[in-house]
Amino acid sequence: MIDWNMHLPALQVIIPMLSAAFVLLLRPRGLAWAGATAASAFTFAIAIMLTIGVLDGQSYVYQMGNWPAPYGIELGVDSFSALVLLIVSGASTLALLAGRKSLDTDIAEERQPLFYAAWLLALAGLVGIPVAADAFNIFVFMEISSLASYVLIAGGRDRRALPAVFKYLVMGTIGATFYLIGIGLIYLMTGTLNLADMELRIHEVADQKPILVAAGFITIGLALKAAVFPLHVWLPNAYTYSPNIVTVFLAACATKVSLYLLIRFDFFVFQPNLINHDIQFAYFLMPLAVLAILVASGVALFEKNLKRLFAYSSVAQIGYILLGASLVSVAGLTASVVHMFNHGLAKGTVFLAIACLATRYTNLRMDNIAGAAKHMPWTMAAFVVAGLSLVGVPGTAGFISKWYLLSAALEEGTVGWILVAAIIVSSLMAMAYVWRVIETAYFGVQANGNEPVVTNTQAVIDSPREAPIALLSVTWVGALANIYYGLAPSLPVTLATNAAETLMKVAP
Amino acid sequence: MSSNTAILVALVLPLFGAFGIALASRFSDNLREGVTLVTAGALAWTVWGMLPELLAGARPYVHITDVLPGIAIAFRVEPLGMMFAALASLLWIVNSIYSIGYMRGNQEKNQTRFYIFFAVAISAAMGIAFADNLFTLFLFYEILTLSTYPLVSHKGDAKTINSARVYLGILLSTSIGLLLPAIIWTYYVAGTGTFTEGGILAGNLAGPAVGLLLGLFVFGIGKAAVMPVHRWLPAAMVAPTPVSALLHAVAVVKAGVFAITKVIVYIFGIEFLFAEPSGGWLLYITAFTVIAASLVALKQTNIKRMLAYSTIGQLSFVLMAAATLKPFAEVGAAVHMVAHAFGKITLFFAAGAIYTASKKTEIFQLRGIGHRMPWTMTAFTIGALSMIGVPPTGGFVSKWFILAGALQADNYVAIATIVISTALNAAYFLPIIYLAWFATEDTANTKNHGEAPFPAVLALTITAGLTLALFFFNGPLLNLESQLVQDMP
Repeated sequence: MIDWNMHLPALQVIIPMLSAAFVLLLRPRGLAWAGATAASAFTFAIAIMLTIGVLDGQSYVYQMGNWPAPYGIELGVDSFSALVLLIVSGASTLALLAGRKSLDTDIAEERQPLFYAAWLLALAGLVGIPVAADAFNIFVFMEISSLASYVLIAGGRDRRALPAVFKYLVMGTIGATFYLIGIGLIYLMTGTLNLADMELRIHEVADQKPILVAAGFITIGLALKAAVFPLHVWLPNAYTYSPNIVTVFLAACATKVSLYLLIRFDFFVFQPNLINHDIQFAYFLMPLAVLAILVASGVALFEKNLKRLFAYSSVAQIGYILLGASLVSVAGLTASVVHMFNHGLAKGTVFLAIACLATRYTNLRMDNIAGAAKHMPWTMAAFVVAGLSLVGVPGTAGFISKWYLLSAALEEGTVGWILVAAIIVSSLMAMAYVWRVIETAYFGVQANGNEPVVTNTQAVIDSPREAPIALLSVTWVGALANIYYGLAPSLPVTLATNAAETLMKVAP
Repeated sequence: MSSNTAILVALVLPLFGAFGIALASRFSDNLREGVTLVTAGALAWTVWGMLPELLAGARPYVHITDVLPGIAIAFRVEPLGMMFAALASLLWIVNSIYSIGYMRGNQEKNQTRFYIFFAVAISAAMGIAFADNLFTLFLFYEILTLSTYPLVSHKGDAKTINSARVYLGILLSTSIGLLLPAIIWTYYVAGTGTFTEGGILAGNLAGPAVGLLLGLFVFGIGKAAVMPVHRWLPAAMVAPTPVSALLHAVAVVKAGVFAITKVIVYIFGIEFLFAEPSGGWLLYITAFTVIAASLVALKQTNIKRMLAYSTIGQLSFVLMAAATLKPFAEVGAAVHMVAHAFGKITLFFAAGAIYTASKKTEIFQLRGIGHRMPWTMTAFTIGALSMIGVPPTGGFVSKWFILAGALQADNYVAIATIVISTALNAAYFLPIIYLAWFATEDTANTKNHGEAPFPAVLALTITAGLTLALFFFNGPLLNLESQLVQDMP
């Protein structure tokens, strides 16, 4: 009898990866979707089992082929990675469950097996990064997920996705290369790629220039992948022009995995060893985080395209996550990790609601969706809940992260008050841009006085009505989750607190 | 039913009511209104049932859940909250009767939505009344803001939407921008946000920070409409009159004043705040608001806008009394919340009745209207007299206590404000009473009309009666609120 529990970290990656090849063979209509959804759901189930194990105090370390750690490939799961695994696999599963009809209109039938295979590869890469315990395998998974997500973004009918994805590809490659240069330098100095081993050995060479250079390359490379302001320029268009369901998936988790890695590297490997690393890290990233929060929210205020609006909102929210981390404190890091979860929840639901709208409105410009709530009351109600969570209204998940973030900022004295002000101002801006959408949808009047006209897709829509039931019900699952985790947030909070304490090397 | 269960019932009952209203509306409008009335009656019965225990000194308590460690959703009934809940639940019945007359008389659309959100707003008001800590208070405060938005924007035309945007914009941005940091700051320095007798900040905060925190609270709780965050209240007057009457003369605005008073009494602690000079500005800003709002009211020609500015003045009047920090004044502040509620709801009911019967909205149109609508204008007169503070109305009782408190403190600013505002109140209410009763009607521009529909007249007669009754039977209320200050010198 095999002890399956031990093998979970490996299965977590292997299942989506092998299923990708399998899905390619599923030619008949709908089967590819079913296969991909099943594989994704299985991945999600493994993530849940891993989380339960981690919450029980179990630590997962897995040596591939039984080769011992510094030489063989090591996988590991702790609180931090378990949380990220939940976000990634959960977002993928919900998006797939919701998205069959929506993807049918976006992806031509003969290309669907390829598309779903790419989806599973992206999923495999994204779950691989948190599971992998050595820097090079992380790089491999990063490349897998990136290449696959370029395919996903460009996979729809909208040709504007091509320049967007090209920009993403160029910038993503630069980011990945920077990361590779960084770990190359570290390998040069320490002779190891295993993160735990690296953490021990880097201490002896911590004062050497190449290590500092490596830290710089890795931080910037990952910041680029994570769309940290001002390296975010690839993100808005990539989110805007990709198929709606792909946006749900990527917006909920893709940048978070890069942020995970950034935090893992900087706190786990560099922070205990490099002198003054905390100051450098804070002074470098805190201003960028504050700028991201303010500037991106400001841009979102004036954006007319619904998807790009929330893409800019994502840039701002990434700023929140980074801001928490840049405080270099347990409280700050907790806030940061909690917000990864809560933002995934809120933004995923917002984009699901947008996907609902997109089934009835081909053009998602603000003036085009005027009065949408009359035709799609359930969709817009879910949007309101998710939007309030994004703003951080109490009773929603977003409030929990805001509470932690503000509390963490208050610990910082004078600087903290400036941060508090920035957070508050951007919350108000978030309120304004969310409310602009709500007001338009509930009270807006179509400019020509007519019902929305269908233009450029083959799917002919007779009259606007509610979204397909699968899509709508998953959207509501997201909306209710936002409320549930706003009132009973112990799961993300426990995982985040454990993660922050481990990363900061504080005994719990 | 024990009082602990009663708290939960009071919170959940209006929500069930909302659900019932939605269901009943599929069958008949009468059934729907029946559900509203039954719910309102049951709620009032539940809330008032707690009163004897409270008078005996009990403090029922329910703990729902710990959202985060140390941050709970919990409820406790204390004298201030009891008074607020009793007031809101009682007036909800009267207001529902009035709504039936008003909404049907004016053939308003979307009446089901109106009654549903009204019930949700009442549930939120109950949550605010019974909140045991700042977090719970904040949660229900925001629910109240959001649930009243559809009521304010009820008409749905461009002008209404603009006003509703002002309403929501000011209330949400002050609460997120100022109140939330104040709450987190309080939790941060005191380690708790539970409302505790004597306050929780003594020893945790000192110097100018106290004044700053007080400022974050006072302006963060925008529902209290202390200038300069008062603009939402006149904007909210675009709502149907029952909303203006119950929510923007009683539930919402009183929730604001009540929350600030609760923060002063149970978070800062009266003695701590009295000993801390940096909190002294509250008296001056509220005194200024009282005078300024009365002056603005004097200039208004629209009845509802005038009443709105009058409300702004009266709210700050309560806060000024609370900021006097003397036992008599604290009791007076609490009683004035009730007196103003009865009086102002009567005035709004009258304004709505006038609109329903004659479509008149401006003061100068009211010439001689007393002869066409004697019941309505008698009630209006009683309400106005209570605003001025003339016996035998409730307004006299509270003004008496507040003046006594101001004299006790030798606070000449407060005394002067009371005197001047009384004069100003008289200056903008008496001309209306004169016009209505003694001026001759402008017959050319008037259609022939009588009283408003019966439910509306019934409602305003009841509230006018309550205004008078408060003058004669105020014993239990005074006993209850005296518990607030029983430990004070």
